Amino acid sequence: MADLTSTFCGVTSPNPFWLASAPPTNSGYQVNKAFEAGWGGAVWKTLGPPVLNISNRYGSLTIDGKRMLAINNVELISDRPLEVNLREIAEVKRNWPDRAVIVSAMVDADPRAWETIIRQIEDTGADGIELNYGCPQGMSERGMGAAVGQVPEMCQLNTEWATSVASIPVIVKLTPNVTDIKASARAALAGGADALSLINTINSITKVDLDTFSISPTIGGRGTHGGYAGPAVKPIALHMLSELMTDPDTVASGVPISAIGGIVTWTDAAEFFLLGASSVQICTGAMHYGFRIIDDLVDGLSNWMDDKGFATIEDFRGRALSGVSTFGQLDLSYQAVARIDTNACISCNLCYNACEDTAHQCIDLVDTAGQVVQPGFDRNANGKAVADSRPKPVVRESDCVGCALCANVCPVDGCITMVTVDSGRQPVTWDQLQAESPAVTTDWDAMSAYRSTVGIDIH
Amino acid sequence: MKMTDTIGSDTSHQLAEHLPPYQSHEAVMEAERCLYCFDAPCMHACPTHIDIPGFIRKISTGNVRGAGMTILDSNLLGATCARVCPVEELCQGACVLRATDKPIAIGRLQRHATDHLASVTPDPYQRGAANGRSVLVVGSGPAGLSAAGELAKRGYAVTVWERSPLAGGLSTYGIIPLREPIEVALGEVAMIERLGVEIHTSTALADEPALADALTRFDAVFLATGLGAVPAMPVGGAEHIRDGLDYIAQAKLNQPDPDDVQARRVVVIGAGNTAIDAATIARRRGGEVTIVYRRTAAEMPAYHHEYEFALREGIDFAFLTQPVEVVTEDGRVAGLRCTAMTLGEPDASGRRRPVPVDGSDRLIPCDLVVRAIGQEGYGPDSAFGLDLAGTYIAVDPHLRASRERVWAGGDAIRDHGAASTVMAVEDGKKAADSIDAYFLSVNPSDTPEPGGHHG
Ligand SMILES: Cc1cc2nc3c(=O)[nH]c(=O)nc-3n(C[C@H](O)[C@H](O)[C@H](O)COP(=O)(O)OP(=O)(O)OC[C@H]3O[C@@H](n4cnc5c(N)ncnc54)[C@H](O)[C@@H]3O)c2cc1C
Ligand SMILES: Cc1cc2nc3c(=O)[nH]c(=O)nc-3n(C[C@H](O)[C@H](O)[C@H](O)COP(=O)(O)O)c2cc1C
Ligand code: SF4
Repeated sequence: MADLTSTFCGVTSPNPFWLASAPPTNSGYQVNKAFEAGWGGAVWKTLGPPVLNISNRYGSLTIDGKRMLAINNVELISDRPLEVNLREIAEVKRNWPDRAVIVSAMVDADPRAWETIIRQIEDTGADGIELNYGCPQGMSERGMGAAVGQVPEMCQLNTEWATSVASIPVIVKLTPNVTDIKASARAALAGGADALSLINTINSITKVDLDTFSISPTIGGRGTHGGYAGPAVKPIALHMLSELMTDPDTVASGVPISAIGGIVTWTDAAEFFLLGASSVQICTGAMHYGFRIIDDLVDGLSNWMDDKGFATIEDFRGRALSGVSTFGQLDLSYQAVARIDTNACISCNLCYNACEDTAHQCIDLVDTAGQVVQPGFDRNANGKAVADSRPKPVVRESDCVGCALCANVCPVDGCITMVTVDSGRQPVTWDQLQAESPAVTTDWDAMSAYRSTVGIDIH
Repeated sequence: MKMTDTIGSDTSHQLAEHLPPYQSHEAVMEAERCLYCFDAPCMHACPTHIDIPGFIRKISTGNVRGAGMTILDSNLLGATCARVCPVEELCQGACVLRATDKPIAIGRLQRHATDHLASVTPDPYQRGAANGRSVLVVGSGPAGLSAAGELAKRGYAVTVWERSPLAGGLSTYGIIPLREPIEVALGEVAMIERLGVEIHTSTALADEPALADALTRFDAVFLATGLGAVPAMPVGGAEHIRDGLDYIAQAKLNQPDPDDVQARRVVVIGAGNTAIDAATIARRRGGEVTIVYRRTAAEMPAYHHEYEFALREGIDFAFLTQPVEVVTEDGRVAGLRCTAMTLGEPDASGRRRPVPVDGSDRLIPCDLVVRAIGQEGYGPDSAFGLDLAGTYIAVDPHLRASRERVWAGGDAIRDHGAASTVMAVEDGKKAADSIDAYFLSVNPSDTPEPGGHHG
């Protein structure tokens, strides 16, 4: 059995699955229940100055009947009295010494405010502090949350104020609402952060009601943007994590990263570990299905690790990073073509339609006699037997540019494979072309000449 | 479960439409399973070639009215077809998910869309601008109504003659209410009437002279006269055997059936879909029902899903059993004497010929015998002087009959194997196209206005 024990900045937990700072970690009752269910850690719902929340604070994204593909929240930080939170944190930590209890905080941009809250948090016995520089609404207008996270100087300054007084690890939680996440990370590191976590929520409006014409969620007839999280944000979170894990400054600092954003299953989590995360945090997944999802998170990851022969998370953490590259370093001579497994094909023709309308018109419909035919029906034919004589899509590989659209739209797993073929060309990258034949990269005539020399024909 | 205690009570409940309508969210969930195939096999398999992925997508996006229009654009009687089509043999049977998953419930989705359209836009089409041509449609079954509606959309002045007191053909009189309530059929009739089609019920086209006369008053005649009654059986006491269509019609019209009240034990002769329908009515009314068929289950003309439905309903089957005589006591049916059969050499249809087993007679005690052995076709006396193809009216591929300006379609021209409502609807469309093309060729400047639709 794989060992899922995780150590993050010296804080250990029986598994790397933490609840993110959000409604699931709002109270001692909830965190206690989560720990009973088996969660490795919890980041307490952000503590800070007094707030008032509103009703209808969540909206969500439904696609093709799938609910909660993303949640949109107009919620603020904890609205429970500070001393109640502090008392409950202390109780939980006392009862669960083996779990990671991290407390999220956000205060005014004032060194005294930071000092006060950090002392209060440390007094609870918590294992660490997470600085919330993410909240995209409500707090940012008051100079906190994203207002700090989006300005590197503010991020560094606030982090310094916190780290200069803290004796327990300080994690800086980054907002994704920036153009360059690396700049945010460098600022946090300059401020002395012991660790990073990302992502917080993304500015969003999830819906406009077609009857009332109001945006969702609607609070007494009005609405505002909220923070977007859940499965739909995973690709953005994966990208931001990869940016930091390939950023020389971040890597040199050696700080661990707690990954957040769209993690619902153990497979999601494994992807973040493969890109270098040291722990993962989950919010929307728990809000959708409850604390019980921890069972499969732990069990699934552990079984997968056993299958792969990994004893600990360190055995595979960051394994995917060596393949993360820039566009300029990709081999332009690499060639793949689509191949359709006729036996697996169910003849939905989605690939044919996709290639014909929006790719490179290189899938033919071939009938049972091997003839290429056009789509369309015979008005006089009918009955279920028409399905037996249905033509099958076949790729004209010589014309296929290998864009992979067909393989992506195909509803049958494994039916369309992108097969590597020999392009007959020497490997070359764009960076090399730029260095060796700059004209080719700036002038169409030079490019055309280059193409005919190496044998690239794009019609 | 025995249902005999319900005899004589209101039958509307037992005979009510057996599939419940979809709730909106159920329809959306089912629609979302559809892969939206390109050039989809379901569309090829539908005789009217409805854009099935197109209408299903519209249901999934909440455009249910648009979905209904997509259906009616190809099939004016989409609400009837949604209920009566043997979808297992047609669209659903061709669904790409049939092998790996469950096929999409196309029929039920179609019902959801057409019912919604009927409730919000009862008049989805307008009559086309008058083109000065008139057409007489004889028979108001699916073939007749489909042709009448398509022609009215294109500006023809359409008159329908229907022999029965109600229009709708077998959709009104023959399809059991479990599958299609009469209101649905009559709703479609009303929609076609509001398109400007004049329907004269209790009005029959009598014979060849009547056809000749009609051709002096109308520019074209479309014969959609269906088939006849269930033929009489050459057995003793045949006069005591009820016509299965008549038996079903009474149930469909929700009329009390005098025979049925005492009919605790019912024997139905035949094994086609009509036999199963008649047996289902009898069973739902509380009878102990036996279907008597001279061959075996393997040779039954009924669709396999219909046979399975009958078994689930608790209908008994007596295979390899040939009726010989209806036995009566005091003028009332007391039983059906039958002979056991065995299968011999294959006959012309390729099925093994049943041969009687000597001395195997037995009596099946019963109170009612119903015959459901197909419908009478056409002969020289009943075909309005037109050429015949076997017992059907002969037509060319454009549905033109042997007389100039006369077209025919539906069950009247079709060998029974493939006869179905949707085939009749497609014939109506084809006849309308053919009639249109004919007048265009007669006078090319006479381009008919296409019938517009709003909605
Ligand atoms: C019991 C039963 C159940 C069936 N169930 C199904 C089913 O579930 N699904 C399915 O797809 N198909 C079913 N069918 C078949 C389907 O009903 C027919 O194929 C379809 O109705 C044929 O349409 P039609 O318009 O050609 O004829 P019909 O529906 O028979 O209509 C013909 C009309 O013409 C009228 N008519 C006839 N002669 C004259 C005349 N001389 N003058 C004026 N009017 C005349 C008749 O009164 C009738 O109204 C069933 C048939 C039967 C008998
Ligand atoms: C309703 C809601 C409230 C949240 N409140 C906080 C918060 O108080 N402090 C914080 O740091 N992040 C907060 N978050 C962000 C989450 O901690 C997390 O970063 C984000 O939801 C992405 O993770 P997920 O995709 O697993 O939900 C909140 C998220 C949601 C959905
Ligand atoms: S990979 Fe792209 S170009 Fe090639 S067949 Fe598929 S869709 Fe067409």
